[in-house]
This record gives sequence, C-alpha cells and structure tokens, in this order.
Amino acid sequence: MSERHTDDFTGVETTGHEWDGIRELDNPLPRWWQWIFWACVVWSIGYWIVYPAWPLVSGYTKGMFGYSSRGEVAKEIAKAETGMEGQLEQIRQASLEQIRTNANLREFALAGGRSAFAVNCSQCHGSGAQGFKGYPNLNDDEWIWGGTIDAIAYTITHGIRNTEDEDARQSDMPAFGRDGILEKAQINDVAEYVLSMSGQSSDASAAARGKPLFTDNCAACHGENGGGSHEFGAPALNNDLWLYGGDKATIVETISKSRRGVMPAWGKHLDDATVKQLAIYVHSLGGGK
Amino acid sequence: MFDHGKLEKNSILMLVGILIVVSIGGLVEIAPLFYLESTIEKVKGMRPYTPLELAGRNIYIREGCYNCHSQMVRPFRDEVERYGHYSLAAESMYDHPFQWGSKRTGPDLARVGGKYSDEWHSTHLIDPRSLVPESVMPGYPFLAKTPLKYTDIAKHLETNRMVGVPYDDAMIEAAKADLEAQVNPDADGVEAMQERYPGAQARNFDGQPGKPTEMDALISYLQVLGTMVDFSSYKAEENYR
Repeated sequence: MSERHTDDFTGVETTGHEWDGIRELDNPLPRWWQWIFWACVVWSIGYWIVYPAWPLVSGYTKGMFGYSSRGEVAKEIAKAETGMEGQLEQIRQASLEQIRTNANLREFALAGGRSAFAVNCSQCHGSGAQGFKGYPNLNDDEWIWGGTIDAIAYTITHGIRNTEDEDARQSDMPAFGRDGILEKAQINDVAEYVLSMSGQSSDASAAARGKPLFTDNCAACHGENGGGSHEFGAPALNNDLWLYGGDKATIVETISKSRRGVMPAWGKHLDDATVKQLAIYVHSLGGGK
Repeated sequence: MFDHGKLEKNSILMLVGILIVVSIGGLVEIAPLFYLESTIEKVKGMRPYTPLELAGRNIYIREGCYNCHSQMVRPFRDEVERYGHYSLAAESMYDHPFQWGSKRTGPDLARVGGKYSDEWHSTHLIDPRSLVPESVMPGYPFLAKTPLKYTDIAKHLETNRMVGVPYDDAMIEAAKADLEAQVNPDADGVEAMQERYPGAQARNFDGQPGKPTEMDALISYLQVLGTMVDFSSYKAEENYR
C-alpha cells in the first residue's frame, strides 16, 4: 500500500498512500513560497540585529537602531511641539490680556483651547459649552466665580472645592433643611421669595414672609437683592438662569440640602500654555467680561 | 535523515514535540519578564489599594466595566495627548488581575482619577445620558442604593497578599475600619488610614449620608486610577523600552 508510484497523467510521484484508489501527488512546495519563507528567515536575523530582540541574563539586546516605542512617542511629541514652539513660548510669556488683544496669538490660543476643551471640559460642560444640571453654561454672561479672563484662568487652574489644590475656590452653602437651620415652612417661604426675584412667584404672601428670612440667612453671600457674589461663588438669583433648576421643587431641594459643585484643578493635569489657551477660549464663548 | 513521518504517525510523540516547541516560545518571551529588573519601572508613589478602593475594583470587575473600558494608555502621541502619560508597568503591579482590557467602546480609564468630580461620576453612573447625550453606556442606578458588603474585606486583602501585594498585618487588621473611615472624612480613623495608604482621599464619595454604598466604593476606585505615580520624580529616559 505504501508504495510510491508515478502518476501516469502528470508524471509526478505520489506520496505512496492510497485511499479507495485515490492517490496524493507528491508535488514540492511552490518555488515562490519557499523563497519567501527563506527570505523571512534571513529578514528576522537582520531584525534581531537592528531592533530590540533577545532577552539576556540582566537585560536584552537593544539593537543598532536604538529603537524604543516610548522614545518614539517622546520624539513625535517633541516634533509636534517644535512646530508650535514659537507660538507656545509667546503664550507662556504673554499675559492673558496680551494674548487676547494680539490677533495671531488669539487665533492660535482659540484653536488650542477648543481642542483642549473637547478633551477635558466637554464631559461636564457639554461639547457646546452649554452645561448640564450642576455644570454651568459657559456661553452666557452669568458667572459664578467671575467672568474676567483672569478669574476664568484661576478657576481652571485651581478648580472649585476639590481636595487636590489648596488654592481651589472654596465656599459652602449651609444645608438649611438637613442641618435644621430653617423649618420646612420657612424654606417654602424663602423659595417663594427667591422665585419672586425673577418674577415667578405665585404666592405673594409667602414671598413676603420669605424676604426677612432671605435677608438673615442668604443675603450675606447672594446679596440683598439676589445679585450674587463672585467672591463666594454665590450665583445670582434675580434672573432666570439656573444652575440646578429654577422650578420650585428644585429650589426647595437646593435650600434644604445645599449644593456643592466640584471642579478639578486643571493646573495639576495640564501644562501652563494649555490652561491659558483654555481661558482664552472660554472667555471668547460669549460671556467673557 | 530525520523522518517527519514518525512524528506524524505517533500522537504521543507529536504531543511531546508540540510541547517542546511551545515552551521554547514561552521561555524566550515570557520567562525573562519575571527575572529582568527592567520589566517594572522604579517609581515613587505606588501603594496597594485601600480596602474601599479594592472593594470598588471588585465591583468594576463584577459589572464587567473592562468589556468596554481599557486601562492602558498606549505609547502613541494621540493617546498621550488625550489621556495623559502612557501607562507604566509599575502602575498595574498591584492589580490581580490587571484591567488593561482590549476593547474601547468607552474611553480609556487608566488616568480617569481626578478628572471629574465625585458628583459627576455618581450622576453619570446613575444616568450616563444626563451628562453625555451621545453615550451608549448602560446606567447603574442600583449602585447608589446597594449597601456595600464588606464584612469579608480583610480576606480580600489577605488574598491579594498571597499573590504578592504588600499588605502588612496592620493593614489587614484595620481593613474594615479603614474602609469605613475613607467614606467619612470627619471620622477619627482617617489619619491612621492615610498613614497606611499615603495620598488616599477620604470623602463621602456618593454624597449620601449613611452606610458605605457600592457607589462609594466604585467612585473611590475610579478617582485613584492613574494618580498614584509621582511623575515629577519619574525619569522617562531611563525607562525607554
């Protein structure tokens, strides 16, 4: 059975196996295939010589090219930065006001700021900077901690009420309900008074009862007429822009449980030039003072 | 001349042959990683997870977060510019098993720590689309309502010690107290906890009063990811690979 024999039709020897009269031709591998195989073997030897390859006792062969994937990233980043180095250096040196008033630098900063915003800020403030409940809209001219370019840069650098930067903006609204400072009925009255500031109260007598309570408990930060204070990060209450919501239930919840929005200190995550570009970008969105 | 036919006709011989070839590959490619000192970079700041972070990590694994989120910033310019410094081997040396993942339906989380506020994480985990309208992530609202089961937390530390995480006896003994201290910044045990785990953040992560929830644990874990290594003292050039 295991006898090699020559196939009549092709003249090629068979492998010698036979299954029910079927035999397998013993053709050699195609020449092109063999050439590629041996070329790969030779190529791999060259690869060992020029690239990191073999582990040794206390290290590994580094290869003649000195290649390392981490070194490559550093080179790529350095290359990208040398292209921008002129402008980046100017951004680092110039004051925010100088950047804002210099057409070239401003254009550069806006482009850099826009992409940094998309990567780092849009998750909370929205991709159009429109904000979400608890995360302020940055397109309007209502600012909690100040809308000057320097105030914006400070907020970005140090953040708000975080634990990573001791210069973070700090303030704490009392939880008037949870901590038992005001009764439930009193909170209702204050909420009505707050609504009345923007002409939305539907209960004039409750609002009137709420006014002295507001003066005693809220005015120190939010201002006698509810104009807010950048110093304490107390939002203005006398307009129809709301951070957490301007319906009565939400206002009652805010007064009862307080709010404590936190923003990371981006100075700890981003370099100086990026923070400056972000400040220019945010300031440009529409409401910069 | 070597007769390949013998190998092909004898299954046991074939099996032995396969084993020999595969182990050569393993010996050359895997074994050196265990003895080469350059495998894990020398860095400052790496510490084992606190009991609360470890409990959060267990929830991360239980919920299959790794199916959609990687924890590996690869050494490419686009990744470094988006996520921050590329991941180091040292950063997952206390991870058993590591959470590098292989799929990114969502973003990489290796450096998510400190990027968002606790409240953001809590709101986002409860209803992702309330903050990111285009998100396809499922909501995990039950985390905030489910009390964390941590009576066996010391055992988790012990198990990790068995596979090489340097938890000492004091850490294991105080595991339960440390877990409770980390969610209560006003507690007496906070300083002792931070002495055992330098740099650990003690906060009421889920913003709810009362007992620690699964949300507390998961957020504490997310907030520590990628923040341990002190990159100001890290010498990148010495660790080029």
